[in-house]
Amino acid sequence: MLGLLSFLPTTKIAYPHLLMKPAPFEYFAPDSLEAALELKAQHGDEGKPLAGGQSLIPAMNFRVAQPSLLIDLNRIDDLRYIRKQNGEVRIGAMTLQSQAEHDNLVEKHAPLLHEAIPNIAHSQIRNRGTVGGSLAHADPAAELPVVALALDARFHARNKGGERWIEAKDFFAGLFANSLQTNELLVEIAFPEMPANTGTSFMEVARRSGDYALAGLAALLTLDKEGKCAKARLVYLNVGDGPVDAVQAASSLIGKKPNAAAFQEAGQIASQKDMSPLGNLHATADYQRHLSAVLTERALTQALERAQARK
Amino acid sequence: MTQSLPITVSINGKAYEKSVEPRLLLADFIRHEVGLTGTHIGCEHGVCGACTILFDGKPVRSCIMLAVQADGHELMTVEGLAKSEEEMHPLQNAFWEVHGLQCGFCTPGFLMTLLPYLQENADPSETEIREAISGNLCRCTGYQHIVDAALLAAKKMQANS
Repeated sequence: MLGLLSFLPTTKIAYPHLLMKPAPFEYFAPDSLEAALELKAQHGDEGKPLAGGQSLIPAMNFRVAQPSLLIDLNRIDDLRYIRKQNGEVRIGAMTLQSQAEHDNLVEKHAPLLHEAIPNIAHSQIRNRGTVGGSLAHADPAAELPVVALALDARFHARNKGGERWIEAKDFFAGLFANSLQTNELLVEIAFPEMPANTGTSFMEVARRSGDYALAGLAALLTLDKEGKCAKARLVYLNVGDGPVDAVQAASSLIGKKPNAAAFQEAGQIASQKDMSPLGNLHATADYQRHLSAVLTERALTQALERAQARK
Repeated sequence: MTQSLPITVSINGKAYEKSVEPRLLLADFIRHEVGLTGTHIGCEHGVCGACTILFDGKPVRSCIMLAVQADGHELMTVEGLAKSEEEMHPLQNAFWEVHGLQCGFCTPGFLMTLLPYLQENADPSETEIREAISGNLCRCTGYQHIVDAALLAAKKMQANS
């Protein structure tokens, strides 16, 4: 009997592996950007950057991800900041999502970002998740890539010897892929300040608060002096292999009076021509198109009201 | 070769010095290395909220953090709530009074989510409470009594402050 009981996996001494969910990896936690870039230079693709870990560590727990070496960026406090510079809101890559969520500069100058952040998972996740981490992860269902593309944000990449800026449209490179080189780290994201006569809106539909959205979009609308559409941007989440920029729908609005008919048409073009949703367990592709069309009308209506109110 | 890293973590005001493998999750460290088993592990991928603890005062999921990442930081777990064996925290009392739990598995996560929330939001509405606890799953109660408990706790905590 005793022998039988001792067989049960109740103690860590007998079964240490039962307490270890992620596969083994080597761990570095540099306290400066320079040290992190040195590690990236040495280890390249093998050295997986760990930002907030709110996607990476769950993937490691399931062993879907098994990085051999982690470069934990959480001790680099120099990468946590929000400031205004040259008409842009500059956000350090390791800035917590919860910090950006409650930041006055973000609220005032990048209201689209301010509106989108509370839709990212739950508050406990945003207390750990970072702005740069979510963008680099490039999950097609995530909120931040959609916002970054709609605002034409710029991404500051560094390596040991140099730096470069990447436009949002070039940063996202398909499913969970970005265009960073293996020796580079994302260090800053620059969101352009809201231009005049412009309104934005972020909307999504999720089954429960904090769930991945079934569909959603970031909309931006700029009016000319006569009140017609001068510029429009419609970027959708979870309906492609990255943020989906509905170019045809947006251009259908240019020069038109912003009214319900124009918005409805834009929703139809976006949902039928600009996107190719795959459907998933909770929403068929047709339902994703339907949601996207309805949300387009609502988001454009709200963006219009905001653009008119800002004049 | 397995790395073993020395860490010093403060939990409920007490410092713990241990050596850990980098892949040890913070939730497992708290439960199995330190022996504080009040923090529960449900889904292990950050969805259910049972493992919620305070990390430097803010609620986070301890199942999707590494123990090494807590080095030099201050944690609080559900064991840190009550003043003594005899005297529960007003938040705990509120859950007890209006049946804010049935099996109790999710309760530590709810308490650690609500503690800082109610400290910052003294008089929340029911809708705000529901939003605040949206990151915590309960499979027994249907949430109604948890919401009642949170509203009662807000009153108790205000009266105490």
